[in-house]
Amino acid sequence: MPTKKATTIPTLVAAHGKQLLESWLGLQKDSSLVASGAVDTATLHNYSERFLSEFHKALASGRLDAIGGADWAGVREFLSDFSRGMAQHGLTPSQIATFVFSLKQPLFALLSHEFKSDAQRLSEELWQATLLIDSLGLYTSEAFQKSREEVIIRQQEEMLELSTPVVELWEGIVAVPLIGTLDSERTQVVMESLLQHIVTTGAEIAIIDITGVPTVDTLVAQHLIKTVAAARLMGADCIISGIRPQIAQTIVHLGVELSVTSKATMADALQLALRRIGKTVVDRKTPQAASPAE
Amino acid sequence: MDQIPIMKIGDCLLVSIQVDMHDQLAISLQDNLTTRIVQTRARGVMIDISALEIVDSFIGRMLNNIASMSRVLDAVTVVVGMQPAVAITLVELGLTLPGVRTALDVDRGLALIRRLIDDEAGS
Repeated sequence: MPTKKATTIPTLVAAHGKQLLESWLGLQKDSSLVASGAVDTATLHNYSERFLSEFHKALASGRLDAIGGADWAGVREFLSDFSRGMAQHGLTPSQIATFVFSLKQPLFALLSHEFKSDAQRLSEELWQATLLIDSLGLYTSEAFQKSREEVIIRQQEEMLELSTPVVELWEGIVAVPLIGTLDSERTQVVMESLLQHIVTTGAEIAIIDITGVPTVDTLVAQHLIKTVAAARLMGADCIISGIRPQIAQTIVHLGVELSVTSKATMADALQLALRRIGKTVVDRKTPQAASPAE
Repeated sequence: MDQIPIMKIGDCLLVSIQVDMHDQLAISLQDNLTTRIVQTRARGVMIDISALEIVDSFIGRMLNNIASMSRVLDAVTVVVGMQPAVAITLVELGLTLPGVRTALDVDRGLALIRRLIDDEAGS
């Protein structure tokens, strides 16, 4: 069993823990972590100490080949925290991974000192140590990436919420100003919140404004048609507004049949909506002249 | 077997679906409704589905069928109170029910039927 023979690393770390920490810290004094100013020496000292203690605990389990196991949970947790914290300070993944990789030198020194006379054994031990430190270093990169992805996902969700407000323009008229590209997921959100608002406000007319939609392809048109159809099923009429000249051209070139009332601007759409619910806007100075004309 | 009640309000028939629709119930509703339209000479049919939470393509088609049958019997059909989830489901199923008139609630449904009947009488 090759892994059984390698258990000298844990005993070595246990025996020379203090020495290992000191030489490691000495090495890190002029590492890029300190040079970048993200962490001071005291914090780094603290981090290194915590890492070594978790490392020591995990090593005691004797499994050097499976850092994904339960024994290494403490180390993994520390590395995730560390990597997230460093990422917030604007450090690159390689700088963060170097923190772990820099442990190699003192560890190797320890090993070569121990197995001075046994070259065969030394190379085996070094190999084990390399594998272990490499996988831990790579884990920090993974954790870094994961924390970045979490940020992206959170921002995406926030954007989704931000970008789909339903506003009540008048009693019985709601409007959804759409901003950004429409994909199926966003359409779903828009559709749901629009329909929900139609129920709660009892609106008869919904204006979908696409001024902020940069491009309309067949898919986006399809999504718009779906939303309009769903609103109609609930008993509300839809008006699509904010169709820019280029969009009008694209829609015709694509051969998309929108089959819904559309207006160039939101103002036109509101005027039409008001007329449909039997309301009219009159000039205050000459109300008599304006109202019969409508 | 339970039945869906059909109420008469003036010259309109009100069908309020309060239970989960299954296929047999839907067929018997079509039967009863057409019979009642002929009996009462109703001019409008209102189907309230505000309590309906689950639809499938069969129920969607049934709504369409009822509208077509009523039209043959010279009555307008208005479906009222559809839930957002139901509307989304029907659209995703590709059933946009082009032949069916819709309204938000019973109140507006009645007003719509009134208007449609008056329009027909006027023209």
